[in-house]
Amino acid sequence: MFRHGLILVTAFLFPALLAAQQPAPKVYALVHAKIFTLAGAPIENGTLIIRDGKIVAVGGQVEVPQDAQVINGDGLQIYPGLFDPVTQMGLREIGAVSSTVDSTETGNYNPAVVALTAVSPSSEHIPVTRVAGITEVLAVPASGGMDSFGPAGVIGGQASAIYLAGWTVDDMQLKRSVAMVVNWPEIQTKTFDLTTFTRKEKPYTEAKLEYDKQVIELTDWIERVRHYAQAMGHGGPADFSRDLKLEALVPVVRGQLPLLIFADRSREIRNAIEFCDKQNLKMILAGGSEAYKLKDLLRSRSIPVILRPVLTLPLYEDDPYDRLLSQPAELSAAGVKFAFGSFDNSFARRLGQNAANAVAYGLPYDEALKAVTLYPAQIFGLADQVGTLESGKVANVIVTNGDPLEITSEVRYLFIRGQLTSLDNRHKRLFEKYSARPKP
Amino acid sequence: MNGSVAKHARLMCFIALVLVNLALLSSVFAADPPDAAAAPVLLIENATILTISHGTIEHGSILIRDGKIAEVAQSIAKPQGAEVIDANGQFVMPGIIDCHSHIAVDGSVNEGSVPVSSMVNIADVLNPDDIDIYRDLAGGVTVANVLHGSANSIGGQTVVIKLRWRAPASRLPFEGAVPGIKFALGENPKRSNFSVRGQERRYPATRMGVEETIRAAFTEARDYEAKWDDYNKRTSAGEKNLIPPRHDLRLDPLVEVLEGKRYVHAHCYREDEILMLLRVAKEFGFKVRTFQHVLEGYKVADEIAASGAGASTFSDWWAYKVEAYDAIPYNAAIMTRRGVVVSINSDDAEEATHLNQEAAKSIRYGGLSPEEALKMVTINPAMQLGIDKRVGSIDVGKDADLVIYNHDPLSAYAVVQKTLIDGRVYFDRARDIAERADREKEKKALIDKEKKAAEKKFDEKKQNEKVPDKPPAKPDEKTKPPQSTQGSAANETHRVNNAVISAGGAL
Repeated sequence: MFRHGLILVTAFLFPALLAAQQPAPKVYALVHAKIFTLAGAPIENGTLIIRDGKIVAVGGQVEVPQDAQVINGDGLQIYPGLFDPVTQMGLREIGAVSSTVDSTETGNYNPAVVALTAVSPSSEHIPVTRVAGITEVLAVPASGGMDSFGPAGVIGGQASAIYLAGWTVDDMQLKRSVAMVVNWPEIQTKTFDLTTFTRKEKPYTEAKLEYDKQVIELTDWIERVRHYAQAMGHGGPADFSRDLKLEALVPVVRGQLPLLIFADRSREIRNAIEFCDKQNLKMILAGGSEAYKLKDLLRSRSIPVILRPVLTLPLYEDDPYDRLLSQPAELSAAGVKFAFGSFDNSFARRLGQNAANAVAYGLPYDEALKAVTLYPAQIFGLADQVGTLESGKVANVIVTNGDPLEITSEVRYLFIRGQLTSLDNRHKRLFEKYSARPKP
Repeated sequence: MNGSVAKHARLMCFIALVLVNLALLSSVFAADPPDAAAAPVLLIENATILTISHGTIEHGSILIRDGKIAEVAQSIAKPQGAEVIDANGQFVMPGIIDCHSHIAVDGSVNEGSVPVSSMVNIADVLNPDDIDIYRDLAGGVTVANVLHGSANSIGGQTVVIKLRWRAPASRLPFEGAVPGIKFALGENPKRSNFSVRGQERRYPATRMGVEETIRAAFTEARDYEAKWDDYNKRTSAGEKNLIPPRHDLRLDPLVEVLEGKRYVHAHCYREDEILMLLRVAKEFGFKVRTFQHVLEGYKVADEIAASGAGASTFSDWWAYKVEAYDAIPYNAAIMTRRGVVVSINSDDAEEATHLNQEAAKSIRYGGLSPEEALKMVTINPAMQLGIDKRVGSIDVGKDADLVIYNHDPLSAYAVVQKTLIDGRVYFDRARDIAERADREKEKKALIDKEKKAAEKKFDEKKQNEKVPDKPPAKPDEKTKPPQSTQGSAANETHRVNNAVISAGGAL
């Protein structure tokens, strides 16, 4: 017993040891395709070389190595794989079945929980999502989603960046901790109880009081973390004892880990910005339905936004019907940096569709494409690894028969960490199985 | 359209929606709905016309008279006095028909207290002020099958509406459309995902019980029908002083189902429950008009096709519950290939705003042709609702329910420019944008006015409180402290997770 426990603990502490046991990646040459590197102008009739999981060459005049497996991309297009920065990938299989849901802890303050710990590499959502050209995502705890029930707490835990392929969760790891999730409190006068199907209302003053209390509590947490960090820095006083929750927040107060703050209404976004200003914390906004109302503030503070799907109805009935659809164009014109997120699992494959819809309502196409590739990578500090097709970057690459944002386009080949990855999935298998059903 | 009056009415409408407490004001300004005046003669020119019934006409024209399509041709001479819509570079297709909607319903869509709620009727609670009517119009939807929720094995009565925004509730129903009734199978009627801890389970709580509930209800309905038949027969044979059977509001709609006068729209997911309902329908001699959601329809597509039932499904929703775990985006394509009339529906006010895009997914998942994809949001749902003689394609004599896009509607880059119902423009993107500044201004003016009035009231109250002998005012509506400064906040509902709410409601 004891011996087994020890081995498990060792494995847990040194995931890098496990990650080393991968099959040797192959060498690939993708030739004759139009390459959208997103790091320069598109390359007609280009070649892209993948070796040992990395992009080693990309351009118009690139020699094909002897040992490369050649893929003819004639008539096809090559893009960096898409990056969905808010999902619950691997954390939730079937929304209504709580035993398959690991996306949200109970309690209000859970800074020490890390998404990667609970990511199931066998989730059927992963291959289904890959087909949409998505090669990496953030698994974000306490980030809601269409099929999630119950409150999400205030500090939800740490988001992990994962590749959408791997034998083990260690294979899948892009970065274990990329942001600390905060569900900014809301002034909620009306709530809806899904279990009893009833609407509840309370007076504004009461709702505001509750809100203030929650913000004070959050402030208190950050203050305590500062003291804790100070104590840690000095080796700690004699009676110093470790507190995992506070410890998890130390990188936040030291400016090493950004807060990923979920807020949609302008007053809550503004309060969150003021809070981060005052506390000198790095902030990434998520949701941002009313980010347009604060676009100058967001730009001046260099706060990036992960926008919820533009295919969402406006917050208020007197908002213009296309309020969320036209917001990306408005933010882009104002110089606010943003990425698109699906905020879901089942609907992750709508990521490109959402970006395309933003283009339909005025966002420049190139910006839309970057908002599902390069920008999320930059926002979470991963652009040295993914987001563009450049020599030295991780080979997360998709080969398509058209615009990857368009509904009818198909991904023909998909590489994750330089491995040609299967496009088979549960849906395709069921399609094939029942297409073959004989007539009764 | 009569410009300024209509514009003003429109503004008022929006503001009335926002500031419900200004009901008095809005009634002062209440103007005629747009369909009160005669429809203009309209000529749409230079359009790529996706007729659905007879191919695509490039640079074609459509003439609209008396709300109907009068002519469809390459080129039509402009009649005297006709208004012209130049649709150069644009695409015209029939208005989208959403075969599963819950818009325009006042309050809950579920009478969930009983396993059979056939006595209630969605048509009784239509709310013409629901902003989702306008939002869906802006997504090209012209007709919606407004359904009761799925909390009951046999749910409430349903109604097909046209999205005549700003018309009174009485003008929303699609004239002559066969009324329907909602059935529901599986997890929702057995309340699997909605149980409250400590509360006793409502019958039925299994799929066995769901079947039994339906069979029991139709057994009752048969007896009830027989009583009436007997009464009618004896009365017409001349018997006098007979006491008629007592009317049963719960069974009347089921008798209509048995007589084929009311369509059954059955919410379902799993293959076994689909076959179960087909067996029960056969036993009692009624037809299932449509299977709704029917996410495992692809497993029993031949059986559905043989029964003559239509299938109305989602494009790509899955995994939100166990019975949706085998849902695949190829569902519509497989069922189509096996001869089922398939439509893509929304079940959700937001999803309805891009049903054209949702239909396009069956091109990628399952290889349907663009024409087949478009049929799934036009003529196919029209057939399912029995209104295909009136709507669903661009043909002479049909209602002029049309939507104009700036691009191919099967693309995610297409934006609705205009939506017409009965030959009238009910949504116009350019006009909507042009009116935004005025709407904002008027909203602000009204809020300021409210604020001032509230402040005044507050001051007066303070004054009164200073008078020593006067008894303190009762804390009723009139003496509340100023609400308006908080009013907008108090009226807010957090609607970001719209999907969450509707998901529970109807899925």
